[in-house]
Amino acid sequence: MKTHLRAVLRSGKFIVGFTIFAAILLLVFIYPLFNPGNPLQMIGYNSFTKPGTYVSLYDSLDTRRVYTFRPPGAADVRIDAKLSPEDRESIMEWLLSYSEQEGLGLTERDIDIEYTEGLMALWWQYYDSEIRLDGMTIARRREFERLDLRLDGLFNLDDLHVMALDPETGEYDILFATVSDDDYVNVDDVANVIYLPLGTDGFGRDVLKQLVSAIGTSLWIGLIAGSIATAIGLTLGLISGYIGGIVDDIVMFFTNLITVIPGIVLLILISYSISQLERGPVTVAIVIGVTGWAWTTRSVRSQVMSLRNRDHVNLSKLSGHSIPKIIVRDILPYIASYVVMAFILQISIGILSEATLSMLGLGPSTTTTATLGLMLDWSIMKSTAHISGAWWAYYPVILAIALISFSLNLMNTGLDQVFNPQLRD
Amino acid sequence: MSDTKQLCLSGKGVTKVFGHGKTKTVAVDNVDFEFYSGDLISIVGESGSGKTTLIKMLLGLTSVTDGEIHFMGQPRDIKTRHKKKEYWKGIQAIFQDPYSSYNIFSKIDTVLLDCIHMRGGRRLPKETKTEMMREACSFVNLKFDEMTNKYPFELSGGQMQRLMIARIFLLKPKILLADEPTSMIDACSRATILDFLLKLRDEVGMTIIFITHDMGLAYYVSDTVFIMEKGKIVEHGSANDVILNPKAPYTVQLLNDIPKIHDPWEFSRNRREVSDAG
Ligand SMILES: Nc1ncnc2c1ncn2[C@@H]1O[C@H](COP(=O)(O)OP(=O)(O)OP(=O)(O)O)[C@@H](O)[C@H]1O
Ligand SMILES: [Mg+2]
Repeated sequence: MKTHLRAVLRSGKFIVGFTIFAAILLLVFIYPLFNPGNPLQMIGYNSFTKPGTYVSLYDSLDTRRVYTFRPPGAADVRIDAKLSPEDRESIMEWLLSYSEQEGLGLTERDIDIEYTEGLMALWWQYYDSEIRLDGMTIARRREFERLDLRLDGLFNLDDLHVMALDPETGEYDILFATVSDDDYVNVDDVANVIYLPLGTDGFGRDVLKQLVSAIGTSLWIGLIAGSIATAIGLTLGLISGYIGGIVDDIVMFFTNLITVIPGIVLLILISYSISQLERGPVTVAIVIGVTGWAWTTRSVRSQVMSLRNRDHVNLSKLSGHSIPKIIVRDILPYIASYVVMAFILQISIGILSEATLSMLGLGPSTTTTATLGLMLDWSIMKSTAHISGAWWAYYPVILAIALISFSLNLMNTGLDQVFNPQLRD
Repeated sequence: MSDTKQLCLSGKGVTKVFGHGKTKTVAVDNVDFEFYSGDLISIVGESGSGKTTLIKMLLGLTSVTDGEIHFMGQPRDIKTRHKKKEYWKGIQAIFQDPYSSYNIFSKIDTVLLDCIHMRGGRRLPKETKTEMMREACSFVNLKFDEMTNKYPFELSGGQMQRLMIARIFLLKPKILLADEPTSMIDACSRATILDFLLKLRDEVGMTIIFITHDMGLAYYVSDTVFIMEKGKIVEHGSANDVILNPKAPYTVQLLNDIPKIHDPWEFSRNRREVSDAG
């Protein structure tokens, strides 16, 4: 046993799988400590806000500590944010068409799109929203109008005055804040900051928080489903393999019955027949477990059948041991490693089955708990995430499912490599 | 000889068929036999002749397809678990392959303790149990104190078979079925194992049914010899009758197969030593 343990710890695949799985588990346990609260709380009114740090604008202006910095190139950064390379190209395109129409004789060589002041000087000199250029669509003209508005006051570095309403006079004459271009606030000083590393979903809920809680729930579902499937499979396999005869025939009849019907069909039928109200995560886990034992039964049975006629079992019989004792002492330890492997695989299958069912709308019907499958379902439900380009609402979920089953399968393969040479002899 | 001796195990028309249809194998084909108490009976046959199958049937580990077995003059009844356990108090076995005879997860102590418990010694004080195990080990020249907390697979093949004999020593059954106990181990250990088997018979008074494919060995150790060929018993009788005056052609063939360099002297000397000791 000890040598086995050492061999397991030396198996690269097992180590990698275990590390990934442990990291996921750690995340599930640690993250809620730093970010407590209901993971399904709606925190915003917009659907699919992109990942990032959100700073309250109001509180930024209201921040008492303001720092003055003059970092080199700050103005350029600001200008670049307003005037993208595409905008510069558009400006050149407009100027060239205009010069052609009016015969100004401007050529590409006269316009340096990298030289912002020069470019803007030309733009402000010639552009007028009234000008109609030949062959330019209305839509394109509107774009130029918007661009012009946006570029208004591009080089302006005057202080901004934010005025507040005077309740007595009813006019905006109370100075709320004066902001100069050198003013900075520390994000830590701002009263309200929202970190959304994975943005929000279609219902304005924090995706990361939801994901962590969903991983936890899905692991539970996998654990429950896997335990049930393994327990049923192991018990039936042991009984049918060891006792044989009519018992074996009956067990195998049901096992074959379940095997010939594709698992997913059975799963869908059973889930469908359970009413919405009763279909919580635990119910779904039980349904998955109850339909998933067939192959564990088959493989345990065949292993037991090859074991039951071994001489060590015969010797145990000759020592007067009862059937339960023989099963526990002379059969179970020989297949224990195999059962552990089957269990790990069943957990992974349970998680994947839940995801499949939920995508079909047959998953846990709940608005209080998230599961990985439900998150995927939600992301395609209301305003479809992939159409909105909201990758953050579903890619992390897919990645989590993939990582969990990858790590479980890797551990399984690692164990397989360690145990199988023993099982074969 | 059979007039004075008591019949301990006998069978009539015992048959074992494996599979059916095309895969049907008749492993043991309608055999009759009578084993008498106190004898050392050899069953000789080449590989695949059905010796192990016969043994498993005698032990009640495999069902009998046809025929009946009598134990101590009564029809054998092992229908319930309790009756089986009673039966196994009277009949025990040593298997062919020591390497697969032990549970690799049980320690040597457990193997021996099981035997003490089987004999109703569950309530005995721990010291008595240890003393019994020590005695059993020393019977087969094993040091019990070196064995505790070891696993059987940590022993050599010969040591494992000796431990098997220690087991039998504790169980003290009336009949011991030894299924080629020496076929998987080297020639040196072989002689020792045989010595211990003879010692068991002489000191404990067991009836030993010794399975072998070695005609020479059978001649030197046994009182009665049964020759098996393809599931049938083709000849039986006292060792001298069968081996010195073989009637069945198969027996003649088996006799011719005995390696000529085989040294009979070594075994007769061993036998004498054992009887000296006993
Ligand atoms: N469980 C089984 N199922 C099917 N056939 C079997 C089974 N056990 C034994 N047999 C067949 O029965 C025949 C006799 O086998 P058995 O093991 O009794 O031979 P044996 O005389 O003990 O041989 P060996 O000297 O090699 O041990 C063989 O042909 C074997 O293939
Ligand atoms: Mg055999």
